[in-house]
Amino acid sequence: MAEWQVRMVVNGQAVEQAVEPRLTLADLLRDRLGLTGTHLGCEHGVCGACTVLVDGAAVRSCLMFAVQADGREVTTVEGVAADDGTLSPVQAALRDCHGLQCGFCSPGFVMTITALLRDNPDPSDEEIREGLSGNLCRCTGYQGIIAAVRHAASALANGG
Amino acid sequence: MTETEPAPSAAAASPASAPTGARYAGRRVRRLEDARLLTGRGMFVDDVRRPGMLHACFVRSPFARARINSIDVCAALASPGVRAVFTAADLNPDVRESWYTQDGPKVPDSPRPPLADGEARFAGDPVAMVVATDRYLAEDAAELVEVDYEPLDAVVDFREALASPVQVHASRPGNIAGRLTGTPPDAVEAACAGAAHVAEETFRQQMHTPSPMETRGIVAEWDGRELTIWSSTQNPHEVRAFTARLLGIPPERVRVIMRDTGGAFGLKVVPGREEQCVLLAARKVAGPLKWIEDRRENLLCHQARHESGRARIAFAADGTILAASIDHLQDMGAYPTPWQVGPGAAVGMLFPGPYRVPVATWTSTSVHSNTAGRVPYRGPWQFESLAREVLLDIAARDLGIDPVELRRRNLLSRDDLPWTNPNGMPYDHASPRETFEAALAALGYDAFRAEQRAARAHGRYLGVGTSSYLEPTTSGQPYYGSEEATVRVDPSGRVTVFFTGGSSGNSLETTVAQLAADALGIEFDLVEPVQGDTAVTPAGAGTGGSRSGSMTAGAVGEAARALLARLTALAAHRFGVGEDEIEVADGRAVVRGRPGVGATFGELAAYAAAAPPGLPEHLAGVLEASGRHTTPAPMLWANATHVCVVEVDVATGAVTILRHIVGEDVGPMINPDVVEGQIAGGTVQGIGGALLERQAYDADGNPLVTTLLDYLIPTAAEVPLIEYVHLETPAPGPGGYKGVGEGGAIGAPPAVVNAVVDALSPFGVKITELPVTPAAIVELLAAAGYQGGHH
Ligand code: FES
Ligand code: FES
Repeated sequence: MAEWQVRMVVNGQAVEQAVEPRLTLADLLRDRLGLTGTHLGCEHGVCGACTVLVDGAAVRSCLMFAVQADGREVTTVEGVAADDGTLSPVQAALRDCHGLQCGFCSPGFVMTITALLRDNPDPSDEEIREGLSGNLCRCTGYQGIIAAVRHAASALANGG
Repeated sequence: MTETEPAPSAAAASPASAPTGARYAGRRVRRLEDARLLTGRGMFVDDVRRPGMLHACFVRSPFARARINSIDVCAALASPGVRAVFTAADLNPDVRESWYTQDGPKVPDSPRPPLADGEARFAGDPVAMVVATDRYLAEDAAELVEVDYEPLDAVVDFREALASPVQVHASRPGNIAGRLTGTPPDAVEAACAGAAHVAEETFRQQMHTPSPMETRGIVAEWDGRELTIWSSTQNPHEVRAFTARLLGIPPERVRVIMRDTGGAFGLKVVPGREEQCVLLAARKVAGPLKWIEDRRENLLCHQARHESGRARIAFAADGTILAASIDHLQDMGAYPTPWQVGPGAAVGMLFPGPYRVPVATWTSTSVHSNTAGRVPYRGPWQFESLAREVLLDIAARDLGIDPVELRRRNLLSRDDLPWTNPNGMPYDHASPRETFEAALAALGYDAFRAEQRAARAHGRYLGVGTSSYLEPTTSGQPYYGSEEATVRVDPSGRVTVFFTGGSSGNSLETTVAQLAADALGIEFDLVEPVQGDTAVTPAGAGTGGSRSGSMTAGAVGEAARALLARLTALAAHRFGVGEDEIEVADGRAVVRGRPGVGATFGELAAYAAAAPPGLPEHLAGVLEASGRHTTPAPMLWANATHVCVVEVDVATGAVTILRHIVGEDVGPMINPDVVEGQIAGGTVQGIGGALLERQAYDADGNPLVTTLLDYLIPTAAEVPLIEYVHLETPAPGPGGYKGVGEGGAIGAPPAVVNAVVDALSPFGVKITELPVTPAAIVELLAAAGYQGGHH
């Protein structure tokens, strides 16, 4: 199959790859770039485990082809913590509120919540639940995840 | 914050429950697992990348039942990147032994061939395996495999299996995988004949699937002598033992590595057929072989909880239970994994539940159908609770007794125990009645009834339901009832704990670090837990059966005891005093009365490593010790009461859960965050099972549910805030701990059903079938004569 040249910035690094048009962004990130924090729970757009930010918007990288990300800026879960390893307020809140068990869904939640709080720094309960409803978690019953969104929102409001 | 500072939710932490002297057990200690998992640095099986790695993809039967006349792999073999295509003829003859340690080689297990041989037995049955240089190319080639199928009549509905002319397996006449029974029914019949009231219903539960967010997966790498396996598993040592038997190689030449497993819930307790195929093929291909199940395969190939049962409870006029029995029928699908007949017996034996039932009996029949294979799913016997608790509510209405009052008259309390139920289950160290009352108090039952009446006057239908159960955790049966750990001190002073593991979200690394720090009297931050690599960890049965808390506590305790003895002996030697003059505390061994004379654990490790002249040989060298815990009790009983409050929209049938309270007695908690997390996760799975989840087939056996758009796992939008009420009756074992993994999933469904029925009590509906979807409710209301508008 013919390959296309794509260029993008992933977690601040310029990346150039020759890809088949059918290669998904998720597979590019995981298989070509070794960024295996982006997980695949369904590969059909329902579970949200593969959520990454593309030009700041939360997208499902299993539904996006790598060629569609050409020229864009991509952030994955590996690019969220500070360079010294300090967890972001969202990551720290998930840890502090026991918002994860197996952790398979967690990268997707980190990305979704990061985008959610950027767009709506003070979400209501209903907005939180609505905002999380595109990400599935089979372990936690969402209790700690919902609490973490509130916790992260107040941490961010207090300057992170 | 330090690593051990309590989380924000710690307000309710009760270190009071911790064993005396414990600094970490009983606290909401932050998890060691989280930093890697939150930054994308976990290692799940699909994250494993090996040089030259090949990828497997299965060709699966599109038919529920079909004769396989021929398979043409030529086009697939010629496809780009393809390295091999295997069919049953290539792999199945290589199987040496195929049995699971938990069941042993002698149970009358159903056949489980790696690839379908001659006949496909469900839609999804693996017929061929394509191996290629990447997954895309493997999938391309899989489409080129030409299978000549001759479709055959199938038995799709398990309730028709006994009478069906179709036989799923020739070796299973009548499609019976197994039939187990309790005592003869005479006593129950006599009690029923003399009873004031006998409640009797047939309950039906839909096909569920565990659906962890990470599907199954395996990487197998053969180097000509040794096989290294990365696996998504709950039980790495079982993967090793099974593989060694399967291939006929020594277990010492099989190494299984698991780091992170993305949820399991019973699905990953043993290797399945596809894993067998990969293991068998690993020696035939020129590179490490990876298979990652996709979600469609995951939904096609596993079923759970598909069962029905006729349940009966006899009462005296005052509501006293006189007898209970259940005739239970469960769907095995085509290829149950592992042996699934036994859990059916548990449904029967546990049916009397936490009540003073004088006589009881049961039957359980397991039948094959041409559908996905049954797998264990979190509380595999939970049908006993569903049938009993829903039937109790039905009986209460018939008797004109409040369902809470009916239970009060029959629940066992702490003082009634030990008590052996009429099916032989030896209940002990539990608090059913006390927990029931505590959960109801958290609700404010009487106040709720008043609120309910007021709401009804405004056309709002609120309801409350309860569900109580006794759950066997930490089995004493030989394979599960024993666990080992090894503790090593390095000259740095850091302590490494090697334990079996199999953590699939169960927080075992954190738990073990808490337990080891307490047992050795050292800082939590000094402990390094190591699990999941069979090359360095002791063999054990992994996670499952709600056993990990209690068993690892025992193993770590025994290993720590042995290590402390060794530290004491070393210090005595070093300071030239008797062992009885050495005191060990806070990571140091000192001579009694001479606080200045002592050594840290690290210094003693260096001393042992240096092996100075005169140091007895058994004390020299690496400073480590192992210990094994064998549980003395046949099982440790946890109990709980779920109280659920719902509102039902009678126009749309929509159910909203307003409150869900879980009162439980799992003994003392090692980490309340972890305990509550297990309860919440299980409870939400139970709510999903009651209201949303359903795997289904059409009449021809075609699966109707192949994506997570169709299989409805609860989302954050549907779940209630779960409230916890903790009671603590210590179990007779290490720390008094009991298991907690499965209970939430057992207790939630009947509480939800009872709440919905209670909400709809003005209409007199009865619910005997799951899931309780909006459409089902609308239908029930219509059948009850409700035409819309106010009642
Ligand atoms: S893997 Fe992309 S949404 Fe599930
Ligand atoms: S923590 Fe396991 S799926 Fe969310």
